[in-house]
Amino acid sequence: MRIVFKTDYVQDIRPWKDRYQLGLYLALLALAVAAPWLLDAFYLGELTNVLIWAVAGLGLMVLTGHTGQASLGHAAFLACGCYANIILLEAGLPFLLAFPLAGLVTGVVGALIAIPALRLHGIYLAIFTLALSILTDDIIVLSEPWTGGVSGKYAPPINLFGVMVDRWGTPAPFYWLTLAVVVLVTLGYINLLRAPLGRSFIAVRDSEVSAQAMGVDIARTKAVSFGLSCMVTGWAGALMGLFAGAFNNETFSVVISIQLLMMIVIGGLGSIHGAFLGAIVIGFLPQFLSIAKEWLAPLTGGGSVAIPGLEFGVFGMILIAFLLFEPMGLYGRWLKIRTWFELFPFYRKDMFKRQKTYLRTERLK
Amino acid sequence: MSLLAVEDVTLKFGGLTAVNRLSFAVDAGEIFAIVGPNGAGKSTVFNLISRFYTPQSGALRFDGHDLLAVRSSDVAALGVARTFQNIELFDHATVLQNLLVGRHRHRRSNILSEILFTPAVRRQEVENRERVEEIIDFLDLQPYRDKMIAGLPYGVRKVVEMARALATDPRLLLLDEPASGLSVEETSDLRWWIEDIRRQMGITVLMVEHDMGLVGQVCDRVLAMADGAQLALGTPAEVQAHPAVIEAYLGHPA
Ligand SMILES: Nc1ncnc2c1ncn2[C@@H]1O[C@H](COP(=O)(O)OP(=O)(O)OP(=O)(O)O)[C@@H](O)[C@H]1O
Ligand SMILES: [Mg+2]
Repeated sequence: MRIVFKTDYVQDIRPWKDRYQLGLYLALLALAVAAPWLLDAFYLGELTNVLIWAVAGLGLMVLTGHTGQASLGHAAFLACGCYANIILLEAGLPFLLAFPLAGLVTGVVGALIAIPALRLHGIYLAIFTLALSILTDDIIVLSEPWTGGVSGKYAPPINLFGVMVDRWGTPAPFYWLTLAVVVLVTLGYINLLRAPLGRSFIAVRDSEVSAQAMGVDIARTKAVSFGLSCMVTGWAGALMGLFAGAFNNETFSVVISIQLLMMIVIGGLGSIHGAFLGAIVIGFLPQFLSIAKEWLAPLTGGGSVAIPGLEFGVFGMILIAFLLFEPMGLYGRWLKIRTWFELFPFYRKDMFKRQKTYLRTERLK
Repeated sequence: MSLLAVEDVTLKFGGLTAVNRLSFAVDAGEIFAIVGPNGAGKSTVFNLISRFYTPQSGALRFDGHDLLAVRSSDVAALGVARTFQNIELFDHATVLQNLLVGRHRHRRSNILSEILFTPAVRRQEVENRERVEEIIDFLDLQPYRDKMIAGLPYGVRKVVEMARALATDPRLLLLDEPASGLSVEETSDLRWWIEDIRRQMGITVLMVEHDMGLVGQVCDRVLAMADGAQLALGTPAEVQAHPAVIEAYLGHPA
């Protein structure tokens, strides 16, 4: 087991535990930067897709994982970011302006929606956001002059520092662009979590009454969280639009909203790692399933019959399995495995078991 | 002038009068206890001071401020901190993080500077840790500093909650049944801590407590209440000997 002796506060504040951990993440980053030379175009595209989902996951994680507000409507904000980005690009704005603005617009829209929505608790908020997601389809169709309605829109090629960035034409620059967004969002997220605002999110999630007694303005904090969450989700949506190349009112359906929520639950709520692990699962599940189907084909006797809804069904089953057996998600599982190795042979089975919470029934509100 | 004044306050929940024309005042530097049988309205008084509830009539004043004009999330900024009867900690955060939330009212940074983690934010975080570390030392919480709340023993959680309240640097500390569920040793630690909180930190303490031994040892004055109204007010000895108090606790003499 590595024991870290902290000798000053700065050491306590910085995001990495020790040099070993910092080295590990830098190596991972170097590997990620080098990916275009290591992978062929197909897998690079898949990796790009995973990273885009990770950005969306980070967005929802702020709200659901750290502030404790479930949203079943985040596809609406993916759509908002996607359309905002394209509309701004078509208006002639350079990408470096259009893209950040797309996120900001989505964030402001989100915060405005949040003000009435966050008066709702738990399941009611989930239903409200679900309705929002369903409405998005109609809103996109109705605002046809801007959104192209049912026939949709095409992402124009973008130019970044004189380099053509296009998912199909130049997959490597597009991948690096995505990676840059991922890295920046992650760094901002890490900073937030070690600052007062991030802690007040966690406070609101775990106990509203005592957060309030500590001077945290609950309504404001939730709205800020919703806004930040939507901003990041908007960026993910903008990337998704560019990645897909073409999209219409059906691209950002309710299914995407649900998938996004499932993804962070499977990855592990309340951790940045969880967003990435969930994105890996969701990104590679279709591949994994098609490989599994080929494998199983001789056994079942069937050919390559497409089974409608298979992906979603399997995903649902994985989710249920996690809720039953590993509520802390993949990241929680990893922490346990790591602890097992660190403490070998002293790991106890109940080490991560939660203690009974006392007298919660007598809560104040 | 008194630090906290409760003036003729009445709070009804539907037909139930939880607090009934209650008046008392806590002086700066005092350790003041509220005692009374279950359901007397003691915790409700705390919740009124925290502004979770608004009374139907009466006034609440803290240090010259009209508390009724203040929102509940702004009470901490005036210098009032509290603990809860049923422990309300941030369970999926570490002890350190819990105490740092207590520093929230001293936040000078904004969302942008925090996302960028500017040098000013870093300095603020160092300052917060310096203060929090003093409290960790004061309450002997060093072994639990980086532990998650979920998983800590009950007695430790009670101390963490008190530590979090102290981290706000309050002028008035409200403790709702700080000794309930504690062992004899833990209760005697608590007694010294409460005295030191007043002596070293200069914080006024208002507590609800059933343990009359503890109340007798640390409190200057005691308010006994039943059914939301005052029964007696005075020194611990006076209140314990008061016929109305004895009757409320033991019932009518046959
Ligand atoms: N939010 C509420 N809604 C309705 N009734 C309430 C509410 N809060 C408290 N009460 C009632 O008000 C009365 C006083 O409650 P309170 O919690 O203040 O008692 P207490 O003196 O703290 O008792 P205990 O010693 O059991 O903690 C009780 O009858 C309780 O049921
Ligand atoms: Mg009570």
